[in-house]
Amino acid sequence: MKMSINGGGKHFIPWAFPVLLLISWQIFSSLGVIPARVLPAPLDVLLAAVELSKSGELFDHISVSLGRAVTGCLIGGTIGFFLGLFNGISRISELLFDTSIQMLRNIPHLALIPLVILWFGIDETSKIFIVALGVLFPVYINTYHGIKSVDKGLIEMGRAYGLSATSLFWMIIFPGAFSSILVGIRFSLGVMWMTLIVAETISAHSGIGYMAMNAREFMQMDVIVLSIVLYALFGKLSDVIARMIEGKWLQWNA
Amino acid sequence: MISHIPKVHIMLDDVQKSYNGRPVLSGVDLNIRFGEFVAIVGKSGCGKSTLLRLVAGLEQYDGGSITVNAKRLSCLNTDARIMFQDGRLLPWKRVLNNVGLGLKGKWRAEALQALANVGLRDRFDDWPGKLSGGQKQRVALARALVHKPDILLLDEPLGALDALTRIEMQALIERIWEEKKFTSLLVTHDVEEAVAIADRVILIDDGKIVLNKPIHLPRPRQRTQPAFANYVDQILDRIMGGQSHAAVTP
Repeated sequence: MKMSINGGGKHFIPWAFPVLLLISWQIFSSLGVIPARVLPAPLDVLLAAVELSKSGELFDHISVSLGRAVTGCLIGGTIGFFLGLFNGISRISELLFDTSIQMLRNIPHLALIPLVILWFGIDETSKIFIVALGVLFPVYINTYHGIKSVDKGLIEMGRAYGLSATSLFWMIIFPGAFSSILVGIRFSLGVMWMTLIVAETISAHSGIGYMAMNAREFMQMDVIVLSIVLYALFGKLSDVIARMIEGKWLQWNA
Repeated sequence: MISHIPKVHIMLDDVQKSYNGRPVLSGVDLNIRFGEFVAIVGKSGCGKSTLLRLVAGLEQYDGGSITVNAKRLSCLNTDARIMFQDGRLLPWKRVLNNVGLGLKGKWRAEALQALANVGLRDRFDDWPGKLSGGQKQRVALARALVHKPDILLLDEPLGALDALTRIEMQALIERIWEEKKFTSLLVTHDVEEAVAIADRVILIDDGKIVLNKPIHLPRPRQRTQPAFANYVDQILDRIMGGQSHAAVTP
């Protein structure tokens, strides 16, 4: 089978299926095959988005959600990264902490939501805490394994060529672990959105999840679907950003 | 003239090394003169690579002493640069940055010069992943030479290359060695390679030096010469002679 995929096609093909799905969804809704109380038409969802944007409500919710996502991700990612770093480099640190972290890792972090609500109430802290907790472990594990699996031969070579401990880290250990660390970051971005959705849906005064739960009270099907679409778009966006970092920093691996 | 009496550069005196109680080197004595090219041959597991790593200071010896330039070697040998069998280029650094590894100040011109010396100046901006096995070893050689080392240690650097590339690389190493006049220690399992390039071939068997043979052949050496083949035969005979003995050890 011979099929040449040129530059334009490469960008278009991944979107062909979602677009086709959207069009048929609109057609079936217009024909009444899909009742509006089961699933609103895409145009209705778009209208809802326009309405909510006009009042500014939509952007308030989005910025609140994004703020939580980014803050939680930064806190959890930083802690996970440094724990992974220390445990990967220092045997003492590994002995001290790794077992405990592996134990904590196996608790589903969403199970802590009731506890976290009791601790922090339902304001920002609880959401950020849960997101940070969810993000911490994938970043930790991939950083730790990335550093552990750096080629020992390269480290020895660096030593033989007189590199200082700092240069050894920045020139060999960190770049060697970097692709693994990025895998952790990509994975944790997924965890970040999932955690945020659950946390916002269960307990919040604002945010996309709150917008969806609020819409349920008033049977605003279009707003509920809009929230889901927003999560999908942001999930895709964070993946695109992660890929861009990969493209920039892992050129040598291409 | 004093320069007619070559002085000792590296001196190994009753060097001992064992791993987990299993002796790898048991009493190695060896003197290497300034500017001398010594090849160490032996079967795999005979301890020849260990010897090289001890001289590099990458591992510590258990007994005896190693002196470099009349100073006892206790940690990393900073006069020496080592070339490994597997190249060990950093895949995330471009060729030029690999060559400049560990250099400070304005090193780019020097690194480019070193690359030119191994015939790879035009590949300076490539990723190591784009190079062939032989080219990678050339870059590794440039990386070692850019430090202007007094001692070049070669740990089977040509072991993974095809026959033609090997002969090319041997000629390259020989040319650079004649130019720069550093002391060189080559570990190889290829007796022909050792005879082609070294002033002296050392055979290690069971952790001891069992043969110490100067090669009196004019350079550049012709592999087709009867005298060349004669040296190779003698050394191979000695290796095979030790077979029944070596077969006892795992």
